[in-house]
Amino acid sequence: MGEDRRVAEHPILEDLREPDTYILYDGKRIPAITGEPVAAALLAAGVRIMRHTTKTGQPRGIFCGIGRCNDCKMIVDGVPGVRTCVTPVREGMVVETQEGLGEWRDLV
Amino acid sequence: MRKVQLLIVGAGPAGLSAGIEAARAGVQVTIIDENLRPGGQLFKQIHKFFGSRVHNAGVRGFRIGEKLLQDTKDLGVEVLLGYPVYGIFPGGEVVYGTADGAHQMKAEKIILATGANENNLYFEGSTLPGVMTAGAAQTMINLHHVLPGKRVIMVGSGNVGLIVSYQLLQAGAKVEAVVEAAPSIGGYGVHAGKLKRAGVPFYLSHTVRRAMGSTEVEAVELVELDHFKPVPGTEKIIEADTVCMAVGLTPMTELASLCGCELVESRGLGGLVPAHDHNMCTTNPDVYIAGDISGVEEASTAMEEGRLAGTAAAESLGYISEAEAAEKKAEIHRRLDLLRSGQFGAKRAEAKAEIEKSFAQMQRGGEVG
Ligand SMILES: Cc1cc2nc3c(=O)[nH]c(=O)nc-3n(C[C@H](O)[C@H](O)[C@H](O)COP(=O)(O)OP(=O)(O)OC[C@H]3O[C@@H](n4cnc5c(N)ncnc54)[C@H](O)[C@@H]3O)c2cc1C
Ligand code: FES
Repeated sequence: MGEDRRVAEHPILEDLREPDTYILYDGKRIPAITGEPVAAALLAAGVRIMRHTTKTGQPRGIFCGIGRCNDCKMIVDGVPGVRTCVTPVREGMVVETQEGLGEWRDLV
Repeated sequence: MRKVQLLIVGAGPAGLSAGIEAARAGVQVTIIDENLRPGGQLFKQIHKFFGSRVHNAGVRGFRIGEKLLQDTKDLGVEVLLGYPVYGIFPGGEVVYGTADGAHQMKAEKIILATGANENNLYFEGSTLPGVMTAGAAQTMINLHHVLPGKRVIMVGSGNVGLIVSYQLLQAGAKVEAVVEAAPSIGGYGVHAGKLKRAGVPFYLSHTVRRAMGSTEVEAVELVELDHFKPVPGTEKIIEADTVCMAVGLTPMTELASLCGCELVESRGLGGLVPAHDHNMCTTNPDVYIAGDISGVEEASTAMEEGRLAGTAAAESLGYISEAEAAEKKAEIHRRLDLLRSGQFGAKRAEAKAEIEKSFAQMQRGGEVG
């Protein structure tokens, strides 16, 4: 963690943006861009483990990147099983590593 | 229940082109896509397209996508985003999801342009974070501008593997190896040449034996293959934090099966595809297909097939005359023939002809039985 993996320079892509907000990942503040997928903000911060499997606790991370495989599920704002690769960032979102099927949490 | 004239599932190059063509003829068109962003695979494609001017050669994929979107807007095509289609039932009843649950609508004609799914490989460690499809890496760098890793091993040297490798370099990653099980490179020489000039090593007749690492990919073990069988003693370990798989695409035919379209095996085009005629009509006369779902090719062919399906649907809805439609279709076919020529294209043309032959047989079988 801690290193920035955002593309800083590119020969073709023009609209490279800077973080304009933040999310909370397992209690830590991580810079993020409003509207980008939660998974992209996490990857940018070097986080690649999204959850651990139910039976054997194996780590899982982004696999398909387009909402089809379910590997990137995390607990988002208290709701488990949220596919972070297709969930847009909102300011202050609370994102947690999911253990197994995860648990519903009351955030208030 | 809401009624629409023509519903198109999938807002990729095929679906958008189909919608534009049908709307130009006067059809009331609705396009639906599960993605929040329209454009399908096109918006990840930042390289210039080949071919002739009519095929947008020299124009980057995402620019073509922007043009298609603008056209749908100008023509007043309804584009519903973020709604997955779950099922289609006899009579054209379509079930789709929104944030507040499942909804239904009824369509007179349907065009399925759902694209294809990426294939996977299984090996020890293939579920470790850091192992992903080439499409996932491409989405992260080109759409979200984030590197999935810094040192990448690409498995597969077809065009997707080659193009995504080059795009990873452009985004600032290092490609440690392109690994290919076959003895020769699968994709176009121009794409491979760019990588070779950038010093990317190619491991032909090799595969990934395992991805290593305690919680994420840290290294990858390759092994040499002799006629696709591992040769003991040839294992080598390469440090890497990411493995991308570009090992082919499979047409997404689930919705087609649900609406009763008969499928046919096409080895050259990715597996089972809905049988279809020369104008993209399936064995369900109200359902057309276009793009990768009808056999995996490329964005340019997907757009032409979309236009074909859009024209055929408009004709069957009575918006263009048979003569006018015939002229349009012939023109589109001329362009498709150009796209399906040359070393790689000719094989695809053959595979397409096979599918049409199966379709004709099914239709005859249906008449007799
Ligand atoms: C990683 C990758 C790289 C590629 N690179 C190239 C390239 O460089 N050049 C090239 O020519 N081709 C490339 N291709 C091939 C590409 O598939 C085609 O070019 C083209 O995008 C096919 O168009 P399409 O409209 O058929 O499908 P897609 O572009 O895949 O669009 C299908 C759309 O349907 C939607 N959809 C699917 N199912 C549903 C459902 N049930 N409900 C709602 N919506 C649904 C999807 O969200 C998607 O937006 C690449 C493919 C991949 C996977
Ligand atoms: S990475 Fe596959 S669903 Fe998110």
